[in-house]
Amino acid sequence: MLTKRIIPCLDIKDGRTVKGVNFVDLRDAGDPVALASAYAEQGADELVFLDISATQEQRKTFASLVKEIARHINIPFTVGGGISSVEDVAPLLEAGADKVSINSSAVRNPQLINELSKAFGAQCIVLAIDARKIDNAWIVHTHGGKNSTDKKLFTWAKEGQDRGAGEILFTSMDHDGTKNGFAIDPLSKLHALLTIPVIASGGAGSMGHFADVFALAKADAALAASVFHFGEIQIPELKTFLKNHNIPVRL
Amino acid sequence: MKVILLKYNAGNIQSVSYALERLGVDFEITDDVETIQAADKVIFPGVGEASTTMAYLKNNKLDQVIRDLKQPVLGICLGMQLMCKHSEENDTPCLGIFDEGVRKFKASTEFKVPHMGWNNLTLTDSWPEKPLENNSVYFVHSYYVPVNQFTTAVSDYIVPFSAAMKKDNFYAVQFHPEKSAQAGEQILKSFLEV
Repeated sequence: MLTKRIIPCLDIKDGRTVKGVNFVDLRDAGDPVALASAYAEQGADELVFLDISATQEQRKTFASLVKEIARHINIPFTVGGGISSVEDVAPLLEAGADKVSINSSAVRNPQLINELSKAFGAQCIVLAIDARKIDNAWIVHTHGGKNSTDKKLFTWAKEGQDRGAGEILFTSMDHDGTKNGFAIDPLSKLHALLTIPVIASGGAGSMGHFADVFALAKADAALAASVFHFGEIQIPELKTFLKNHNIPVRL
Repeated sequence: MKVILLKYNAGNIQSVSYALERLGVDFEITDDVETIQAADKVIFPGVGEASTTMAYLKNNKLDQVIRDLKQPVLGICLGMQLMCKHSEENDTPCLGIFDEGVRKFKASTEFKVPHMGWNNLTLTDSWPEKPLENNSVYFVHSYYVPVNQFTTAVSDYIVPFSAAMKKDNFYAVQFHPEKSAQAGEQILKSFLEV
């Protein structure tokens, strides 16, 4: 049986993990390769690395980091941040990344999804969507949530699928950082709307939230950052908890 | 032992090479026919689309080279599909080592396609070996090979399908051992030890 995926997300700047990471038994929590290895050891099913570099110079550091990650990690990983063309993607996949995620650049230029899907295959194109609910509509935002757009979550997700995305990574900005649970309603709608996998992001605070997002919203995967980085939730315990709630996981 | 990773327009050559590095295996990435023929083991990776990769193999005369290999050959993912007779992906005639057709998964809201993630193996033959029974391995694919006489491991998604196959010196896996944590490493090792 296909299992539900647990995906820690690491923010990278200038080749180092950012945000306070407080990971048990890790000598250098700023070292993405060490942190990623620890997660792989613990049973993470995939990893996501988001490049939040501000400069061109820092971006180059990221590309060489991808190679180091691929050398050391024996599970699949996605990289994202600042990708806006076929030329941006080729070196990342060649360096060993399994998938790339695109966000703002796809909103600006939806044709990018078709181009990437055609060039590299749908399976490695993740369309990341950040949205928040405004006047009863889920409005897509870009640039880390700073800019609102005229796109709506559900039509944009469907369009992304039709254009050739292989997965949708939906982050509810209303839930992100609250630790009050995932956005069950819009995630359920995405599940009922799409025929490609959906990764839920934003709001993880407890093990029960993961059980809910899989059992109620039928998400294919759940992504979280701080609850894992600060050791509030340990992946082996989380997986045992999910198994005990009859959710298929890889142990 | 000389291990060859077959070089062609497949997407996961780098990942497979890193996995072999982690196992401490000496290997060479090449499309040189004589070197391939002289190898003890040949790994035939694969991520991509069936018709373009088959066209590349044909244009470089690698199709017949692969068919004629007598040493153990391991096909991975698209590599396994290309070892079959025909693929529904752009109606592509393939190598025909396994006399089977490759079919497309029917996507629905309940069963998303690609089949992406970790799924468990039910073993039906001596390779992969018993310790891997019920282990989960990582899959990413939209096409599958139905269960057939060559199937040695079965996974289930929408329908039971071939997760691994074997015929004479040809070994094949639909999943990605290079991305399947310890279980994947074990599979690669067991192939290198046959």
